[in-house]
Amino acid sequence: MKVNYLMPEFLIDRDEQRCTHCRICVHQCANEAHLWNDKKKIVYGEDQNCVNCHRCVATCPTRALRIRNYPLEYKNNAHWTPHYIKSIFKQANSGGILLAGMGCDRPYPVYWDHLLINASQVTNPSIDPLREPMELKTFLGRKPEKLSFQNGKLAEALPPQVELDIPIMFAAMSFGAISLNAMTSLAMAAKEMGTCYNTGEGGLHSSLYQYGENTIVQVASGRFGIDPEYLNAGTAIEIKIGQGAKPGIGGHLPGEKVGMDVSQTRMIPEGSDAISPAPHHDIYSIEDLRQLIYSLKEATNYTKPVAVKIAAVHNSAAIASGIARAGADIIVLDGLRGGTGAAPLRTRDSVGIPIELALAAVDQRLRNESIRNEVSLVVAGSIRCSSDVVKAIALGADACYIGTAALIALGCHMCQKCYTGKCNWGIATQNPKLTKRLDPEEGAERAANLLRAWSREIKEMLGGMGINALESLRGNRLMLRGIDLSERDLAILGVKAAGE
Amino acid sequence: MNQNITIDAKGIYYRQLNEAIKASLQDKINTIELQNVNGQRYIGAGITNDATISIQGTPGNDLAAYMDGLTLQVYGNAQDGVANTMNKGTIIIHGDAGDALGYAMRGGEVYVKGSVGYRVAIHMKEFQEKVPLVVVGGKAGSFFGEYMAGGILILLGLRGREEQPIVGDYCGTGMHGGIMYIRGSVEEHKLGKEVKPVEMTEEDHQRLALYVGRFAEHFGEDKEEILAQPFTKLIPYNKRPYGNLYVGA
Repeated sequence: MKVNYLMPEFLIDRDEQRCTHCRICVHQCANEAHLWNDKKKIVYGEDQNCVNCHRCVATCPTRALRIRNYPLEYKNNAHWTPHYIKSIFKQANSGGILLAGMGCDRPYPVYWDHLLINASQVTNPSIDPLREPMELKTFLGRKPEKLSFQNGKLAEALPPQVELDIPIMFAAMSFGAISLNAMTSLAMAAKEMGTCYNTGEGGLHSSLYQYGENTIVQVASGRFGIDPEYLNAGTAIEIKIGQGAKPGIGGHLPGEKVGMDVSQTRMIPEGSDAISPAPHHDIYSIEDLRQLIYSLKEATNYTKPVAVKIAAVHNSAAIASGIARAGADIIVLDGLRGGTGAAPLRTRDSVGIPIELALAAVDQRLRNESIRNEVSLVVAGSIRCSSDVVKAIALGADACYIGTAALIALGCHMCQKCYTGKCNWGIATQNPKLTKRLDPEEGAERAANLLRAWSREIKEMLGGMGINALESLRGNRLMLRGIDLSERDLAILGVKAAGE
Repeated sequence: MNQNITIDAKGIYYRQLNEAIKASLQDKINTIELQNVNGQRYIGAGITNDATISIQGTPGNDLAAYMDGLTLQVYGNAQDGVANTMNKGTIIIHGDAGDALGYAMRGGEVYVKGSVGYRVAIHMKEFQEKVPLVVVGGKAGSFFGEYMAGGILILLGLRGREEQPIVGDYCGTGMHGGIMYIRGSVEEHKLGKEVKPVEMTEEDHQRLALYVGRFAEHFGEDKEEILAQPFTKLIPYNKRPYGNLYVGA
């Protein structure tokens, strides 16, 4: 007898007294965790298929459903936790690389939670943002070393800048990884809030060209959907070298997700795998990166800032210095916790470093080399709330990208199964039955609301510090104190300990 | 109406040279001759236009990157990154070309009279009516057609260093689309594990006759003589070379 070693991850707890066997859960679950027995005329659960995405719980009209962790205890072992045992079972079954969605979920230190923000008391009075203007305006791009004037006007035009009303943008998520309705939601929200979303590497859908001013177009190693029209469509161009969820490896959109719309946007045949190799084939050095940066500037007549996105890794600071010298206008750092539609689990959870440390190191390095003004610094990969944004800005960021948080605003419940293409919330899927569950108008409102709420909170915290413009917080590490951190951590973060 | 202009590129930095080219094209000039080109990068990059540019000398890297329509005649050698992510147009190189020619090229045609470097036609793609074509008259380095996802790649081996084989190692590694034709035979150990040689069909012969015919026309060669030798046709084993690699965590 062949025994399956893998027990279900979740238990579907159906309250039989409440369940009316209406079959809504059966229709709602693309994972087939709820099934209909036509003979007995009852709904029943298939625990093995449940991913705990809460779609059935949220749509059950009688609140008859609860999802629990499967009550299966392994013998206590501090080293061989159930995670490792189950992973080995899966790999012994299949020989496959473990694949996961979203970002690293391991209990590494979250440095945001070890940083505390200052406030004014008595001296340097705090400001009430409800009555006084607070400036969150942010310009991303190269800033000249000095300004010279002629007849009261700038003698030389400023390098191109991305103008943001708030320091928060939506991170790169490609059409293919997420649905068109999800992308449209973010594009509309970005327009509403005066910020940008990012196409990711999947090209730009024809319906989204109208949001060009709020679009950052990405150029990755697969070069999908890239032509002169695409390069000129956005307000900036981002070269993707790496991402926090999977530093050092490429991307891979399986053929099943390349339907007609995705195919047209990526400009590849339907059903073919979209492989983004780990490196750009024309970049093997900082000099080569410069060549790509300038080929994009040439192709867009120097009208758009060019960003370079790298994953936060051990020597990010030196790499960032090279990127700045290669002519990039914006450096994007994506930390260990950055999300993704699909990444090898071990890479996702073990490769890269936390964004807080990388940000502090890069900002300091660029300052030490007196080239901080030559690039703007955008950080991504772990920003969960407005105070994370404030801390990032104080550590030296010019702006933040949010990806995971934006998707949660659209209804993501963090089940981490994006790679299956069966997202019941209509976000990480191309199945038309599922994508229609996300209404772009509603999605846009929710995403814009999130930004609105965070902006208000940021203004509150700024006011509390007696600061009325975000610019005055940038790299102002005196506004931060560390708690429960080692001397070394404090030194890298460039902050004093709480109480000092 | 034909409008011609000649630009002397001697001592001009690439940015100014490309500005001059773009300004000329805006003035509806449809034939530009560039003289004394010596390593200036990005010529033709990102330009959407149907004009013809003839280049005397050696253009620099990323010639015709993202290009969308121009015809470029290069009377000399070309460097690395020719036709990088090119969308449309024709490039005729009357000499050799460097590495990574045709990287991620989606449309248009590139003809090289001489030999090419490493990683040529890497990740070349195709989409609907866009089927890019690269014809190389000489020999090619390693990783020819690596990650190739579409298009047609033809290698003739008519010239090049005598001691060098027609193609280097790892030919077609990671290939998952498109067709490669190599004149003569290729030893099996040179092929990537994702490609296989298959029998030529009537369609293949017609296709070769068409494109080799164009090549012969561009460089004044004898089409029949080139086609007289048998070709090896290489295609990928499947469109999903890495399909069964993963298991859900």
